[in-house]
Amino acid sequence: MQRTTLDVWVGLFVVGGLAALLVLALKVGNLSAFGISHSYTVYADFGNIGGLKVRAPVKSAGVVVGRVSDIEFDNKTYEARVSLNLDARYHFPVDSSADILTSGLLGEQYVGLEPGASNRVLAAGSTIRLTQSAVILENLIGQFLFNKAQGSSGASGAAGQ
Amino acid sequence: MIDWFLDTFGGVGQRVLHGVRRLGYATRFFLLTLAKSGTSFARFGLVVKEIYSAGVLSLVIILVSGLFVGMVLGFQGYNTLARYGSESALGVLVALSLVRELGPVVSALLFAGRAGSAMTAEIGLMKATEQLVAMDMMAVDPVARVVAPRLWGGILSMPLLSAMFSAVGVFGGYLVGVVLIGVDEGSFWSQMQAAVDFREDIVNGVIKSIVFGIAVTAIAVFEGYDAPPTAEGVSRATTRTVVTSSLVILGLDFIMTAFMFRG
Repeated sequence: MQRTTLDVWVGLFVVGGLAALLVLALKVGNLSAFGISHSYTVYADFGNIGGLKVRAPVKSAGVVVGRVSDIEFDNKTYEARVSLNLDARYHFPVDSSADILTSGLLGEQYVGLEPGASNRVLAAGSTIRLTQSAVILENLIGQFLFNKAQGSSGASGAAGQ
Repeated sequence: MIDWFLDTFGGVGQRVLHGVRRLGYATRFFLLTLAKSGTSFARFGLVVKEIYSAGVLSLVIILVSGLFVGMVLGFQGYNTLARYGSESALGVLVALSLVRELGPVVSALLFAGRAGSAMTAEIGLMKATEQLVAMDMMAVDPVARVVAPRLWGGILSMPLLSAMFSAVGVFGGYLVGVVLIGVDEGSFWSQMQAAVDFREDIVNGVIKSIVFGIAVTAIAVFEGYDAPPTAEGVSRATTRTVVTSSLVILGLDFIMTAFMFRG
């Protein structure tokens, strides 16, 4: 084969390979979605994080405003300390609350930020005071059964009188 | 009694020793090739020619296989996911299985069969027809002139081939899932993008394919160079290339997956 045609084919091959990588990075992956360079970190302590995982989204009003960057156990407070990497474009009042919510009944868990009313905004490295732990389904069912049992025994007692 | 014992088990030790010796020789040969790779980069045309025969000529089988693997994933994934009412996660399933595992592994297996065997046969025949000796006589180092460009051509081609395999596979999954079955297009792509991480999934897949590329081509050129210079020897070496590199790919994949995706 001619030298130049060979070069053309190899060139096309390399371009195709790099284009495939680019497609994987931009279309399949989320490289374009969230830049790491323009973000700030705030912390939130939760009594129970349930099934929250690193890289779970942080949403406010349903919009993804950041990601969970780290989760560790604080041995002084015995709570989970969650680092939230927030997009630098968004600012939240200091009295905002962070809740661990679930998308759908069995979906993945995410952190919901509910903005407060203060004029001061959360600075990088600050801690969110108001938090609400994940809802543990087993506890809910246990409570429900407990209430149900109490309710029915109370009702039968009333009927007996 | 002792004779029977020796006859039965005497070969085991010899075979292990032979295997260890060959492994050592292969490692030394690989390092020697790396040390003599300077010429390949000074005369990059040699590598370009090998990228053509290892990479460009493997394109058809890689692209067609990728498309079909993606389409099959689309069908099978849909069947299972629909049972749990989560068809919208089809994109995640197709993309993650391709980018993390199937892309690098299947394309490396195909590469071993398509390009690795050709490399072994070529070098082995050059040895059998005494071309390598002739080169040596003319003060041309056969390792630098013949082996090193093939090694680098294979190493450079493999990640590109595996990226194309994954990209085409995702497209195949899209064709079956969205176009044919009718999964919602928006959730197909958006759930995929939410779940696939660039660093965790795509870069790890590329690292895997680079390692496979090094392993397959190193095995292929060594088997070719080490082949007995007979017709039977070359044919056995070619078979060994495909068998050994397939096993090495699967073993390395297990080890790398254990390290990369343990958490």
